[in-house]
Amino acid sequence: MRPATDLGFLLHKHPDRVQEFGQSYGVARVFYPEADEERCTAALMLDVDPIRLVRSRGRSTPDYALGQYVNDRPYAASSLLAGALADVFRTARAGRCASRPELAATPIPLEIALPALPCRGGPELAHRLFGPLGWEVEARAVPLDEAFPEWGDSRYVRLALRGRARLADALNQLYVLLPVLDDAKHYWIAPDEVDKLIRAGESWLAAHPERGLITRRYLGRRGALTRTAFARLAELGDDVEEDLEPPLEEEPSPSPEADAPAEAAEASAPGEVSAPEAEGSEGAGGKRPLNTVRRQAVLAVLDELGARTVIDLGCGTGQLVGALLADPAFTRVAGTDVSSQALTIAARKLKLDRMPERQRERLELFQGALTYTDDRFAGFDAAVLMEVVEHVDPPRLPALERVVFGAARPGHVVVTTPNAEYNVRYEFLTGMRHPDHRFEWTRAEFAAWAAKVGEEYRYDVAFRPVGDDDPELGPPTQMAVFTRREG
Amino acid sequence: MAGTTAGRTETQEGRDRMTEIAVPAMSLVVLVGVSGSGKSTFARRHFAPTQVISSDFCRGLVADDENDQAATSDAFDVLHYIVRTRLKRGLLTVVDATNVQWEARRQLIDLAKSQDVLVDAIVLDVPEEVAAERNAARPDRDFGSHVIRRQRKELKRSLGKISRDGFRRVHVLRGVEEIEAATVVTEKAWTDRRELTGPFDIIGDVHGCRAELEALLRELGWEIEPGGTGASHPGGRTAVFVGDLVDRGPDTPGVLRLVMGMVAAGTALCVSGNHEQKLARALNGRKVRVAHGLQESLDQLAAEPEEFRTAALAFMDGLISHYQLDGGRLVVAHAGLKEAYHGRASGRVRSFALYGDTTGETDEYGLPVRYPWAREYRGRAMVVYGHTPVPEAEWINNTICLDTGVVFGGKLTALRYPSREIVSVPAERTWYDPVRPLTAPGHRDPGVLSIDDVRGTKHIEVRHGGGRIKVREENAAAALEVMSRFAVDPRWLVYLPPTMAPPETSRREGYLEHPAEAFAEFAEAGVTRVVCEEKHMGSRAVAVLARDHKTAAARFGVDDGSAGAVYTRTGRPFFAAPELAGALVDRLRRVCAPLMDELDSDWLVLDCELLPWSAKAEGLIRDQYASVGAAARTALPEVVAALEAAAGRGVDVGDVLDRARLRSLNASRFRDAYARYCRPVSGLDGVSLAPFQILACEGRATAVTEPHPWHLDLLSRLDDPLITPTRHVYADLDSPESVRAATAWWESLTVAGGEGMVVKPVTVAGERPGTAEGGAAADGETEPSGSEASRRGLGRVQPGIKVRGREYLRIIYGPDYTESLDVLRNRFLGRKRSLALREHALGLEALSRLADGEPLWRVHEPVFAVLALESEPVDPRL
Repeated sequence: MRPATDLGFLLHKHPDRVQEFGQSYGVARVFYPEADEERCTAALMLDVDPIRLVRSRGRSTPDYALGQYVNDRPYAASSLLAGALADVFRTARAGRCASRPELAATPIPLEIALPALPCRGGPELAHRLFGPLGWEVEARAVPLDEAFPEWGDSRYVRLALRGRARLADALNQLYVLLPVLDDAKHYWIAPDEVDKLIRAGESWLAAHPERGLITRRYLGRRGALTRTAFARLAELGDDVEEDLEPPLEEEPSPSPEADAPAEAAEASAPGEVSAPEAEGSEGAGGKRPLNTVRRQAVLAVLDELGARTVIDLGCGTGQLVGALLADPAFTRVAGTDVSSQALTIAARKLKLDRMPERQRERLELFQGALTYTDDRFAGFDAAVLMEVVEHVDPPRLPALERVVFGAARPGHVVVTTPNAEYNVRYEFLTGMRHPDHRFEWTRAEFAAWAAKVGEEYRYDVAFRPVGDDDPELGPPTQMAVFTRREG
Repeated sequence: MAGTTAGRTETQEGRDRMTEIAVPAMSLVVLVGVSGSGKSTFARRHFAPTQVISSDFCRGLVADDENDQAATSDAFDVLHYIVRTRLKRGLLTVVDATNVQWEARRQLIDLAKSQDVLVDAIVLDVPEEVAAERNAARPDRDFGSHVIRRQRKELKRSLGKISRDGFRRVHVLRGVEEIEAATVVTEKAWTDRRELTGPFDIIGDVHGCRAELEALLRELGWEIEPGGTGASHPGGRTAVFVGDLVDRGPDTPGVLRLVMGMVAAGTALCVSGNHEQKLARALNGRKVRVAHGLQESLDQLAAEPEEFRTAALAFMDGLISHYQLDGGRLVVAHAGLKEAYHGRASGRVRSFALYGDTTGETDEYGLPVRYPWAREYRGRAMVVYGHTPVPEAEWINNTICLDTGVVFGGKLTALRYPSREIVSVPAERTWYDPVRPLTAPGHRDPGVLSIDDVRGTKHIEVRHGGGRIKVREENAAAALEVMSRFAVDPRWLVYLPPTMAPPETSRREGYLEHPAEAFAEFAEAGVTRVVCEEKHMGSRAVAVLARDHKTAAARFGVDDGSAGAVYTRTGRPFFAAPELAGALVDRLRRVCAPLMDELDSDWLVLDCELLPWSAKAEGLIRDQYASVGAAARTALPEVVAALEAAAGRGVDVGDVLDRARLRSLNASRFRDAYARYCRPVSGLDGVSLAPFQILACEGRATAVTEPHPWHLDLLSRLDDPLITPTRHVYADLDSPESVRAATAWWESLTVAGGEGMVVKPVTVAGERPGTAEGGAAADGETEPSGSEASRRGLGRVQPGIKVRGREYLRIIYGPDYTESLDVLRNRFLGRKRSLALREHALGLEALSRLADGEPLWRVHEPVFAVLALESEPVDPRL
């Protein structure tokens, strides 16, 4: 393309001036560090005032996070940059150029550099997203702090793209993929994001091999718009908010495609949009995901025990509760969880506000904690502790035992928990199956615990395998069925 | 008592003009009479308007028409609901409805019984003409005379057998004159001796062990009359016997003689035990199974004169189920009593008081299984009882069992009230072989809390500045999640530190915070001397340390082998690995042993800062601070380079380049600010603790009782590499020189990036001038207006003010905050200051409750509340 300065026509920005575009949080500037026959570089520089960024959002948005002033938005190529790009280069992004229409329609040689691109998934993900679009990708991780090499790399990547593309396509790809790579909670996302995604991805998204991930990440974090009082306690304790997020769903996948437990968690996380249910935990060869197998195993046991009234202790987002409700044999179904966020999602998934009266009458859903005795836990044929005990610190387990087996004293208690021995079968698993797990038991450890609890609280106990029972390692999930001794 | 034969207090034929009707102070009074018999008038005359619930009124509530008979069923639902609620709350309640039908009366009697209160009936019996005439005079009552005729018929039928309905008493007033002349008085329940304030010596089950009883009384300073017919205390103390004076032991008559004499002389009270009840039945000639030592009593009494036997029988027959004493703060019952039954009267109340909360099952020794009601007890009254022999008298939730099995060779135990001192004398020998070995009461108090201790909106009474502090339901919900998912064992979680407010924003060039405003605020509040403590940039830590495992078990009820805990300001353990946490506690216990000696306590609680910051906060630092630093330090140099290139081309970049260079510099300063608080630690190596206050030890909430210099002096004696001393200076606020020196000290701390200092009045933290008016500020109900008074928290003195350094604040307000001071100065401190006061008051309350030995749930309540308040939306940068 000659002269290179024709870039100025395509972008509708004059190469010899610094041009400013007011944004609610600061100023976007376009200027040209170089502009000659051979090469022409346009710089889009965002001057983000973090205080204005917070305050311009008004009182309705959550201002009560420390992170909003100490924030990477003024420095990183985030969704703010994507938004500014869309705004400043609106015409170029639409592929229109009155003075050089043929140029706008033609792939031209381009180099794009982003000095600090937040990239969850690291350089490797940048390759996966930009590579299939025809870019030559150079992505280098930025270290967190050179004085603390043990901290490793930051979440930023210095990204350089080289290739031939229509300018409009390049801009649209950046517009979509910057927030996707960032994958931060965009507190300032607009409600019509679906339309925007479809329009910006028109020419390339449908054929992209990572379209699932792109869609999910682009839209999936919207549930995080609301921050609870709970989240504020995270910062207070010098903790990272993510550490405190409720363990909603979890399953490491034996399939090499899925990239860690976190990815599986995300699949059924708040985003109710188009994310294929538990995609991440779909086993290779189309096997049923383990969480489905486990749920069905629990239902089968409850049926076998003849339980009519059941409480799911630690019901999470209510999948078991939903299954119990679907079976009219269960005349009373209760779900309780300590996370109010999980309960909110459960209520939405169960469509509580539209549930027919007769079904609604069979259901109780409430916040409760398994370390506090609670009259509402009592009076059930059976209680289920499905993948719950491993989220309790070992010193607090006696309190849970007392609350469930001592105070609530249901006729039966069904407990499932991971079998730690089986973990070697998960190819990509390091450590435990979920970051919130406080322990994972071997079969012997689980059996010893169950026997001790049964003795102390006068319950008989039997064990069942859940999932493929490996001859050496046992099943992926282990189950204990406690039955109260009478008299 | 309920169930006694209802006698009609019907007037004699001669018709005394004045009929006095006595109804129990806590009871249900059912008016009975046809429409027009004058019930409403009668009720109005003798009872307060709020005490009377009429069916007409309830009909109006549900139908907008007091005479809509179609609404009767719903109206009675409402009536029953109101009556039940009032009775539950212990209020005298009068039902104004015809109640001429047996079914209507039965429902009300059942209602009263369900709330364990007595129920009386007052029947107004007027001639039919009178009723008809009155109804005719009321245009809204258009029902015919046949209705009254029917009602009269039903009343007549009822009167014959109303005494068998189940009323304690039925008072019948016949004719208009008698109704007009009647008066109503309330009579106090027998159990209500709240006017007696003690001091008391409460004595456990004696079971005929006269010698031990006399020894115990002497030990307590009582003087026993010759012949053992009475005793008195020179200090004017009153003895209270928990029952089971009799059976099994060697001298039941001797014990009875002594106690009967004391009760008759007014130096003792005695409640009935199950053994008195059964012995009295046996003496009355009723058929009882002779077992559990009854035979011994019968034999011993047979040797006594008939006169004594009669007196003893009358004494035992007259014993009541329980006493409420000292304004309701003390309840004595033989087998204990749950709160809902205090001061109540019913068969089941008596049965609970005598036999305990039995489950109906029996254990392997054939003895009844008892429900451990005390573990769930949440009442404010202290409950003292006996009945179940235990090796040691132990507190469970403000209740205590004093039966230490003297007759089985244990000891006889007394509790002194209000001092809570326990005094025992050993048995002279084993007088009777126990059926079942003496064991501790089932399980130890397991330290399990109930959801009702924390759920929902709460108002917590605090004794030091604040009155009542409200906790909102949604904040409690957030705290519940953090508490149950992450916090350490609640038995160790005896305190959570309050938040602390910064000073009024400084107007000084280049500063957001400066000591001048803190000093000025305290001076204005009348504080003359303050201490300035170095603020260590680490993680706030509370250390609870017991001298040994025995103390951990005895004082904290923890028997899992741990002897303390160190936790964060949200109650989380510092180290995920239990062995690290244990090692830190063990080292601290060793270091603090001399301090415990000095304080004459086997445990203590310290408020500290754990260093370095990165030990706990490394995740946050990496995720937040280092990340921002990395992004800034990567992006900004490229921005500068690009702008320089453009400028080199002759493009006019204005001041944008200069600003970019400044931001780049600020980014490095920001990075230096967090990096100075990071250093690698490995296990406990590199970790240190900087204690600055001794929060509590045995019997003393030192955070309340001792001034800051006391704390700092004692803590400065801790000498160990694990301990980082807290540097501090004092400042006299009326000396400009002293204030200047303290300011200079702050500057020296912060110029290199130190976090800053905390300024506190040296005097005791709890009571201060100005706390009296604190109620409104402490409530935090309303967003403080911008006014000076409310921004300052309505004149209440902050327990401490943190003054943070200029460089340090980059971590809080962002790398470039120094360029936006004008905007940032517009910050609102009101909420933060109110929150600091409320949390401080809650913290002191928790420590006071702990030091007083209050039950776990009482200590947990304010601790949980601090966490709940911390989830309130407050600008986290303050």
